[in-house]
Amino acid sequence: MNNPLKCDFCEKPATVHLTQIVSNKVHKVDLCEECAQKKGVTDPSGFSLADLLLKPSLNPEPATAGVRCEQCGFTQSDFKKLGRFGCPVCYETFKDLLTPMLEGMHKGTSHVGKIPHTALDRKSLNDRLNKLELDLNEAIKTERYEEAARFRDEITRVRQSVAEKPVRS
Amino acid sequence: MTIASLLASTSELTDNTGSKTAIVLMTRVRLARNLAGQPFPGWAKPAQKSAIMEKCREAVGALTPLKRGLSLTVSELTDLEKQILVERHLISRELSNATQGSGVVISKDQSFSVMVNEEDHLRIQVLRAGFQLKKAWNAIDDLDTALEEKLDFAFSPTLGYLTACPTNIGTGLRGSAMMHLPGLVIAGQMEKIVRSVNQLGMVVRGLFGEGSDASGSIFQISNQMTLGESEEEIIKRLTNVLQSIIEHELNARGKLLEADAGKVFDKIGRAYGILQNSHLLSSSEAMNLLSLIRLGVDLGVFPDACRSIIDRLVIEAQPGHLQYAQKGELEPGQRDFMRAARLRSEFANVAHPDFIFTTHGKN
Repeated sequence: MNNPLKCDFCEKPATVHLTQIVSNKVHKVDLCEECAQKKGVTDPSGFSLADLLLKPSLNPEPATAGVRCEQCGFTQSDFKKLGRFGCPVCYETFKDLLTPMLEGMHKGTSHVGKIPHTALDRKSLNDRLNKLELDLNEAIKTERYEEAARFRDEITRVRQSVAEKPVRS
Repeated sequence: MTIASLLASTSELTDNTGSKTAIVLMTRVRLARNLAGQPFPGWAKPAQKSAIMEKCREAVGALTPLKRGLSLTVSELTDLEKQILVERHLISRELSNATQGSGVVISKDQSFSVMVNEEDHLRIQVLRAGFQLKKAWNAIDDLDTALEEKLDFAFSPTLGYLTACPTNIGTGLRGSAMMHLPGLVIAGQMEKIVRSVNQLGMVVRGLFGEGSDASGSIFQISNQMTLGESEEEIIKRLTNVLQSIIEHELNARGKLLEADAGKVFDKIGRAYGILQNSHLLSSSEAMNLLSLIRLGVDLGVFPDACRSIIDRLVIEAQPGHLQYAQKGELEPGQRDFMRAARLRSEFANVAHPDFIFTTHGKN
């Protein structure tokens, strides 16, 4: 051993070497005695999969450490504890944390399957109607009646097109 | 509809088995879906969870295949009822342990079941007897599309359907097959099969999923990855893996008979003797004996009609079903006694094994 490995967390020589295979990917960790104790590596039940997955490159702390999901208040330590997210928005909130995890977990990192067309169409229509109604109210409030009439006609048109549209099979 | 009437009606799993189910007992496909803008069940507050459940149960209960089915909340079920639904693969163990705000909608023939507020808001399942992965996928695809008319699912163009656990995102699809593999077990090749199946991104588990044992040589094989592959590709790849396992199983059986038919027949004959005459049978011993009789049917030792009796017993000889039939909870010792009695009466009418034809056929 002419070039002893250093601990991934501090500069001390590493004495604990852990290799774990997760979803066909090899994760190697080199730690000194002290850090190993701290991280719970010596206690097999305390060294969780989520911990390892969260530190694929063993950077001291990922950038999302202090982030809290705006929608549901979920934090990264909640994820470590539960292994599940709090709400759909968490996927956006913890994107940086998630991306390296997905690479080891799945065949690819982007969706190539079914798309809920009906629901998405409905959502974009609803969004458009909501926006138009806001615009209409704003126009009435500021007494821009010509514009208001245009928004009203547009709303009627969109509503009609929804009613007439055949259901996608 | 009540649980009692559900159990009394004919079901996909206990009444629809035939020669097509020789090695693959049943196939299942499940889809994980969540409502947009709502916290996942594990993180939702009780009031949110209840609201989500009401919304989902209403939408699911209105779907054509589930309209005349059974819609239940977990809190209204007794422990025994929950156990029966688990034994029938209609709810998961996780759902049966849920406290409040969870439920399930089950179709009359028990081929569709939709769990509400399990790990995800919706876990849609289609179950088919035998090897019918493609059909199961088509059925669940239609149901999911119909549900989409009523509910806004959490969906991202890049990550697909969003689920509580990142291991399910994308398609949210898990296809699985329950396989009876006594040849590979007797030949000691299961470990090798498990390893190579894992390398293909598929998982092998026991009869009741994670952590359950594989008594009766019944294994569950399913895909692990859900993102980066379309539903059709997943189904196709899984189908290929299952087909190759079937080939290996048939090979193993052929080799066992070639090497020492006497040993195989001895096992089958003894299983028949015990099932006809024993007075105490544990669940796992019963499963192993039934598995050997099932192998006997496949080898032509017993008539084909025998297979449907076995497949019904694989479900009905389990602790929950036995106790339900006795209308009360039983101590394990009493259960073993009841189980043996049930099996004795079922096997009293099964014809003696006919080894002659098979032995001659092989020589």
